[in-house]
Amino acid sequence: MKFINIVIAILSGVIVLLGYFLHLPGIQSIRTSLRDGGVILCGVAGLVAILNLVFGVHWKRARQDHPGKSYSILLIVAFLLTLVSGIFLGPSNPGFQKLVTHVQVPVESSLMALLAFTLVFSALKVLQRHRNWEGGIFFLSIIVFLVLNSGVLAFTSDIPVLRGLLSFFHQVPVAGARGILLGIALGSLVTGVRVLIGTDRPYNG
Amino acid sequence: MNLESWLGLLIVVFTALGIGLFSGRKVRASHPAVLRKIPAINRLRRAIGVSVEDGSRVHLSLGSADLNDATNPSALVGLSVLHRIGQLSSSGDQPPVATSGDGGFALLSKDVLSAVASETNTRESYDPNQAFLTGVTPFSYELGAMDVIAESGVRTNVLVGQFGAESGFLAAATTEHADYTLAASDSIVAQSVFLASGQDTLIGEELFALPAYLGYKPAHIASLRVQDLLRLLVGFGLILGAILSVTGVG
Repeated sequence: MKFINIVIAILSGVIVLLGYFLHLPGIQSIRTSLRDGGVILCGVAGLVAILNLVFGVHWKRARQDHPGKSYSILLIVAFLLTLVSGIFLGPSNPGFQKLVTHVQVPVESSLMALLAFTLVFSALKVLQRHRNWEGGIFFLSIIVFLVLNSGVLAFTSDIPVLRGLLSFFHQVPVAGARGILLGIALGSLVTGVRVLIGTDRPYNG
Repeated sequence: MNLESWLGLLIVVFTALGIGLFSGRKVRASHPAVLRKIPAINRLRRAIGVSVEDGSRVHLSLGSADLNDATNPSALVGLSVLHRIGQLSSSGDQPPVATSGDGGFALLSKDVLSAVASETNTRESYDPNQAFLTGVTPFSYELGAMDVIAESGVRTNVLVGQFGAESGFLAAATTEHADYTLAASDSIVAQSVFLASGQDTLIGEELFALPAYLGYKPAHIASLRVQDLLRLLVGFGLILGAILSVTGVG
């Protein structure tokens, strides 16, 4: 059974990949069907995982003497309310949309505001946490690029030498980011190929 | 089929053949891999050992990567790391716990933990609820994962996958509750957030070297060698392109 799973996974992966490179009608139609199937499977997996979260994790917590019991009960009630109203009203119903977004948007916006404080606090504590040359350079970079991007040096645009120097400094993080992204792209490629040829199998149970 | 397609297919075939070649017993014996030291991964190994000894739990966070998206290899690496952590901590009392922000990855992490339990004869301590989805949006995922980090029993955290700026919450929670945290992401924003928050952070492609350094499978070390070859090719191509551009050819 395990062997059949592996063969199916590898064959599906190879067909989808070949469809990306070879624009032959036969391969394209199989590729489209496989991708559609994949999307449906991901949707079902999402539903199963949500049900597991609600009834496997939070239901269990609500029945036990867990410190977060009240939050688990709140989550279950909110889930059931959303599910029932979604089924009866339909997900595209304006009332239902309003109900969901009027809860989710304010909550996530306030979290975003809170995040800004968390990140500023982290940045302030950089030197305390990294007492080495890397930490020093990281902290110095934060200060330099905060000043550069704040616009206080806008007056230098009239001085050709300083303008060139500032333009150079603006390019430095872009070059660094490209270097990192190049490494990540190569790593992603190799990881994908490893899954494709079956040496990495996160699906073998 | 145009030149780009041929080139893409060639790179994929080259990568697959390279992994196959360098995984071979003969090549491994005649040309053993020399890995540079990554102190953060040594500290992770030590932290896993400590968690086995003191009976605490390792938490692995896979981030919010979507299984149906091309940006998920970091979470696939996370699954390999979960497998290896499961193996390394199998002699302990507490199996690892895994959280993810995508249904597909939640089920795959359950499957990985189930496979580890079968391999290590620890079926009796396997609980399918040790791997679960904590939220479907990045923020809800982070808040759910923070809950797991704050739980007593979790002293080591491994954050491997796709995270955004909201990972600042996770980083703050691990600073407060955990003894050790290793963070690795394919997102530059998350890398800088983790670094600023004081976690041991893997930068760039170090993330993809994690399974190899944890001693998972020969194919992972072979992947690092192929990655190095590809990097040389890309570097050579960039230099050649720059020379051609400066000289006005092409």
